[in-house]
Amino acid sequence: MSIDLTQDFFALFGLPRRFKLDETALEQAWHGLQAQVHPDRHAHLSDLEKRLSMQWATRVNEGFRTLRKPLARAQYLLELAGVDTALETNTAMSPAFLMEQMEWREAVEEARAAAEISELEDLHRRLLAHAREVRAQLAQQLDDDHDFEGAADTVRRLMFIDKLQQEIDEALIALEN
Amino acid sequence: MALLQIAEPGMSPEPHKHRLAVGIDLGTTNSLVATVRNGIAVCLPDESGRTMLPSAVRYRSDGSLEVGRAALEAQAVDPRNTIVSVKRFMGRGLKDVAHIEAMPYDFEDSPGMVRLRTVQGVKSPVEVSAEILRRLRERAEASLGGPLVGAVITVPAYFDDAQRQATKDAARLAGIDVLRLLNEPTAAAVAYGLDNAAEGVYAVYDLGGGTFDLSILKLSRGVFEVLSTNGDAALGGDDFDHRLFCWILDKARISPPSLEDARRLQMKAREAKELLTACEQAPVHVRLASGEEVDLVVSRDEFAEMTQPLVQKTLGPVRKALRDAGLAPDEVKGVVMVGGATRMPHIQRAVARYFGQEPLTNLDPDKVVALGAAMQANVLAGNRAAEDDWLLLDVIPLSLGLETMGGLVEKVIPRNSTLPSARAQEFTTFKDGQTAMAFHVVQGERELVADCRSLARFELRGIPPMVAGAARIRVSFQVDADGLLSVSAREMSSGVEASVLVKPSYGLSDEEIAGMLRSGVEHAGEDMRARALREQQVEAERVIEATEHALDKDGGLLAVHERDAILTAIVNLRALLAGDDHRAIKASIDALARATDDFAARRMDNSIRTALAGHKVDELEL
Repeated sequence: MSIDLTQDFFALFGLPRRFKLDETALEQAWHGLQAQVHPDRHAHLSDLEKRLSMQWATRVNEGFRTLRKPLARAQYLLELAGVDTALETNTAMSPAFLMEQMEWREAVEEARAAAEISELEDLHRRLLAHAREVRAQLAQQLDDDHDFEGAADTVRRLMFIDKLQQEIDEALIALEN
Repeated sequence: MALLQIAEPGMSPEPHKHRLAVGIDLGTTNSLVATVRNGIAVCLPDESGRTMLPSAVRYRSDGSLEVGRAALEAQAVDPRNTIVSVKRFMGRGLKDVAHIEAMPYDFEDSPGMVRLRTVQGVKSPVEVSAEILRRLRERAEASLGGPLVGAVITVPAYFDDAQRQATKDAARLAGIDVLRLLNEPTAAAVAYGLDNAAEGVYAVYDLGGGTFDLSILKLSRGVFEVLSTNGDAALGGDDFDHRLFCWILDKARISPPSLEDARRLQMKAREAKELLTACEQAPVHVRLASGEEVDLVVSRDEFAEMTQPLVQKTLGPVRKALRDAGLAPDEVKGVVMVGGATRMPHIQRAVARYFGQEPLTNLDPDKVVALGAAMQANVLAGNRAAEDDWLLLDVIPLSLGLETMGGLVEKVIPRNSTLPSARAQEFTTFKDGQTAMAFHVVQGERELVADCRSLARFELRGIPPMVAGAARIRVSFQVDADGLLSVSAREMSSGVEASVLVKPSYGLSDEEIAGMLRSGVEHAGEDMRARALREQQVEAERVIEATEHALDKDGGLLAVHERDAILTAIVNLRALLAGDDHRAIKASIDALARATDDFAARRMDNSIRTALAGHKVDELEL
């Protein structure tokens, strides 16, 4: 039996296909796999082995990157379940969500315009706490209820939070300079 | 002729022949070569006992060359033909080089990389660097008593693709097989971490002659994981010299100095800077070509004040690297100082203040990179048992992307991605019937293409005519373990496939490199054929040994006839080794490689399965 380069990342890392994940186990599995496949382990071997090693190590890194971040992991789980999370093709967001989005965005805009570093940092902290709640909901939907349509909706909320956090980071960097 | 050795089943043909491999620190100011001897990394000295080779090359009018100290000493009398700090020009265009007006060279701007007109003709920075590398290779081969299997060559972590590729090209010109390009701070972390059995998060502050790197690493149970890296590929000790040089010009009211005077004053500035590490003040005494005397004294405080902006400039990358790693300064367990420039007391003070702890200076900042590179070369050459090995997980320093509409950059691989890394992005046509598409590959963090480093341009042709938006063109980026990029593009939707592979080479074509190789070999008085033969013999021995080792470990994965085919290929190759036909040896090496292709794939599967079986890393055998 040959190992398939295209097998799913959870199988590749020997982890259960769930949203809730043991981060230490993921990191150990990553190190364990790289200890086998990394190009440094094959540098003195044939060209073919070097090439295979690079393909495998690339795949293993891609898997680690995908599983490590909650948002990417949730998107990947939905992709495995055949559910599309793309915003472009699914814009039917609830009015409550749209309202919430606008409020956050206005707060960030105001703080940015007023060059309020502490206000931006505070928003960042509140947003982190908010993201934790949304992730807990996502875990419930994905792991317990298997409500993939609902989860896709939650993923889009998380995407929005992620984007807003990046904007706050960028605003903070701009203010520091 | 050697007879075929077959080890007893289960018995390893140990002890392995020690493969000669070195680590090379190709520095802006000085270069070193180191190796692992009896388990200990040592820098190899020249005949007069010096380990540091000044990175200086002088092209003389009689066609001969001076490399190192002799060249350095000639720079005041022959500045135009004596190239120092050539690393600053690697993979760089004329507009990328700072303080170019203060340099005594006759530059020629050529696409991709600047060149220098010398008395021996126009030279690329790659050729100049190759002379330094060649000298180090010769030193190592004389000292170790045989041709090298390969070398790990260090580069600043913040070097972009063009600079890395230029370094690899230089090694090729110097007749060196590059086992790996290794980031300098990572090499230092290996040397420091292994010597001190360090665990936890460390920062490496590496201020070299012309480059600055800051890497954050997590060290845990034999794994060196780079969390983030940042830096400035045009900031180093040279800039501190330059500040002092400008201060001297200003104080002594010299404007503008002749080439020779400028060189003399620059050398004096460097001497004074080095003196100030140990002394409170340093004299600057120079007799100019006009007979006029410069007689000044610079104090440590004055020097610290005039260079404070440079010290501050290093703290920007420190902040960014910490932010990318998601860490605060007090979460760093130790700060390893690397590079001669970190001896300056005011730099150590600034770093101590920022991190709230005294930096680690218990290793030689000039040698630690070469020593770490030697340790890694020893691993890559296969000289250590797999279970004793450590694992290096390094990252790409700068994002890679493509130009999109309006001169904007679409990032494909973000900075600090763990190597090797690959990503693909899909694009489509914007006109009906469009059959070709142009791509522009760039590197950098800025949003506008104009602010990023242009790496390569290429076109995909032969797209079948379709309505706008119907074609699906998948562009794939692959960055290998050396941090080098290759790009390919393919039209997916029609079943018709067209693909191109881009290997950027920055102004140096393969033909040019081949030409340089020929002239370089002739120059060094080497016999091209003898060199080729020796290289193929070393390669053949490497391949035979690797194959025998594989048979010994995993022979059970093969059927009897498969094993016989491989053994026959080995016998055939061995039979050619005593002869002098390098082409026949090459062909036989290729035949052996073909015979083992399937075996290699099975071995890789097998090792993955072992990893998946739930073993801990340290219980595994390869």
